[in-house]
Amino acid sequence: MTTQDGLPALTGTPPGTNALPAAGPRPARVVAVVGPPNSGKSTLFNRLTGLRQKVANFPGVTVEQHLGKLRMEDAAELDIIDLPGVYSLTPRSEDEQVTHDVLMGRMPGVPKPDTILLILDVTNLGRHLVLAAPILALGLPTLVVLNMADELEKRGGEVEAEALAQRLGAPVALISAASGEGYDTVLQFLRGRIGIPRPMDLLPVLSDIPRCREWAARLGEAAKYQAPAPPVWTRRLDGVFLHPVAGPLTFLVVVVAVFQTIFSAATPLMDLVDQAVGASGAWLGAVLPAGVLRQLLVEGIWAGVGSVLVFLPQILLLFLFIGVLEDSGYLARAALIADRTMAKVGLQGKSFIPLLSAYACAVPAIMATRTIENKRDRIATILIAPFMTCSARLPVYTLIIAAFLPEKPLIGPFLGTRAAALLGLYLLGFVAAVATARVLKSSVLQSERTPFVLEMPPYRAPTFRGLGLRLLDRAKVFLRRAGTVILGMSIALWVLAHVPLKDGKSPQIAESFAGTIGRTVEPIIAPLGFNWKIGIGLVTSLAAREVIVGTLGTIYGIEGDETGASLQEALRHDLTPAGAVALLVFFAFAMQCMSTIAVVRRETGGWTWPIVQFTYMSVLAWVGAFVAFRIGTAFMA
Amino acid sequence: MPHTRHPATLLDLRKGEEAVLDRIDLPADISQRLMELGFLPGSRIAASFRAPGGDPRVFRVDGTEVALRCETAARLHLRPDSKKGAASPS
Repeated sequence: MTTQDGLPALTGTPPGTNALPAAGPRPARVVAVVGPPNSGKSTLFNRLTGLRQKVANFPGVTVEQHLGKLRMEDAAELDIIDLPGVYSLTPRSEDEQVTHDVLMGRMPGVPKPDTILLILDVTNLGRHLVLAAPILALGLPTLVVLNMADELEKRGGEVEAEALAQRLGAPVALISAASGEGYDTVLQFLRGRIGIPRPMDLLPVLSDIPRCREWAARLGEAAKYQAPAPPVWTRRLDGVFLHPVAGPLTFLVVVVAVFQTIFSAATPLMDLVDQAVGASGAWLGAVLPAGVLRQLLVEGIWAGVGSVLVFLPQILLLFLFIGVLEDSGYLARAALIADRTMAKVGLQGKSFIPLLSAYACAVPAIMATRTIENKRDRIATILIAPFMTCSARLPVYTLIIAAFLPEKPLIGPFLGTRAAALLGLYLLGFVAAVATARVLKSSVLQSERTPFVLEMPPYRAPTFRGLGLRLLDRAKVFLRRAGTVILGMSIALWVLAHVPLKDGKSPQIAESFAGTIGRTVEPIIAPLGFNWKIGIGLVTSLAAREVIVGTLGTIYGIEGDETGASLQEALRHDLTPAGAVALLVFFAFAMQCMSTIAVVRRETGGWTWPIVQFTYMSVLAWVGAFVAFRIGTAFMA
Repeated sequence: MPHTRHPATLLDLRKGEEAVLDRIDLPADISQRLMELGFLPGSRIAASFRAPGGDPRVFRVDGTEVALRCETAARLHLRPDSKKGAASPS
């Protein structure tokens, strides 16, 4: 129900009539945000906490429960828990298990919620209202938030929130989480200012889904619910995106456009960061007194961390694209288009979303596999996810490609040689993933085919707020890594490169500890065309792939080439073109990422799978690089 | 005599046609999930878009669109003579 001035109505407190006197409203302390997938849960969570939370149209992207804090001027600080999207509380998938456990107070480390915000898509009330039955049965103070009020109105639907509140025995707020309309009601409720009406209808037997639906339908009728007209634009867009010919073509164009933009549009921004890093390093060198500290700071830290920082614009651009695709709803269509292909390797369309996110980073991708109900499908998806070209490979690829491949247009202005090479590497990772999946699914992880059930959300324009929060978070994660893993590695490497002291002076790199490490691994990597300097980089990049860029930056920074040769020139000096190809192949296959190993261990519940995965990927990387080097040498000789 | 088709399962529905669901011939946990999404016996279901190649297919149920693989759609049986829609002479 909306009031005349268009503001959403606040319902639930007709004083003295229906409000329960005993269970009078109390301010909330721990609030759980619950709702079906695509109900706008994350948007509301973003609004409440201001922290980032993935907002996506694909059912089940919110796999991790996200915690946040809400501070109101006149109330205590609240803990807000964002729970995975669920259709029911019957724990069948892990998402439902998590939601169930948190609400029951059975999740270790998570406080038991004392208040629930149940968020439902009001344009879809018939289906979403079913979730109210098990949630209200918990007996906690609950605000039923009917989201997307603006869309309901635009598409000619309506609902009387007050009537619904009376029947449910819970206050109901009609809001639009995206625009903020009606948001105040939510805050009022959390302050304990909204009473709870006595229910008029008994809750249905929860296990009986048809009964629950009848109950929901009866309530909807009582609230004079008018379902909105089907979204016209969604049908029109699907007419194109799911067209037998135009659909796959669009899919292809989107993918190519993303890669080309990442390369061409990011370059000026990256140059800018590069110049800033270089200028500040030179300035530091000028103002600091000469000595060990200045050397460490300028050669070790600035060169190491700086050479990785340069890639921030490119990584943010990639996340921007993935964000737009996710939030707009296109990703679900992509999953639909991809399902048949995925089925051929024994997987399903649902694996497509985690695998696509793995193009950004394997860690959230592996966490997103929790939506796959079939355990074997899930493990197979986890095992192949690190083959997808994650953003940490991007700095390595970019550096090597830029150093060895001159940029020439291939298809007019649309695709250049460098973007094509990058695309090829993405393809290589994808092929390795598919081949691995095939092997796994036809052997150790064989399983019955699981039914593919996927909701197609209506298309929505992504909001600047959602995208902005997402990018901010990605930037923070990247900078945190640059500030911890990469900084630590840079310092450690710089120190290792300067000891043992010889006659009180630092040795040549080749005779330092770092050089010793490089020389120790050299026999193993020499057949791949790598020398000991690359060897040092391979060792340090076991922590995280992009560290190799910083490492090489540090090594060449210390070597202090008088000509001021750039990292690219230095690389050309140390690698043959065939060796460069081998290095690219090595990075395409190897599992050099501590975070991924840690998350695989957590998600598979033991060390077996991460060890198997690491071994398999390392062997594949070595063999792949060896073959690439041999073929490359033969061809380029 | 006008030719009439009797679609037996969701798989037989042509794009734009709709019919009433009779029963789901699938294991309990899967049919529960489908029911949560709106595939309840007695509800009207319309065939919508298809993925290139015709599998999976999108069905319109209860105001939303849900994609199912053909093998699953073939297990959702329709009430006889409940067909209605674009391609039907009715």
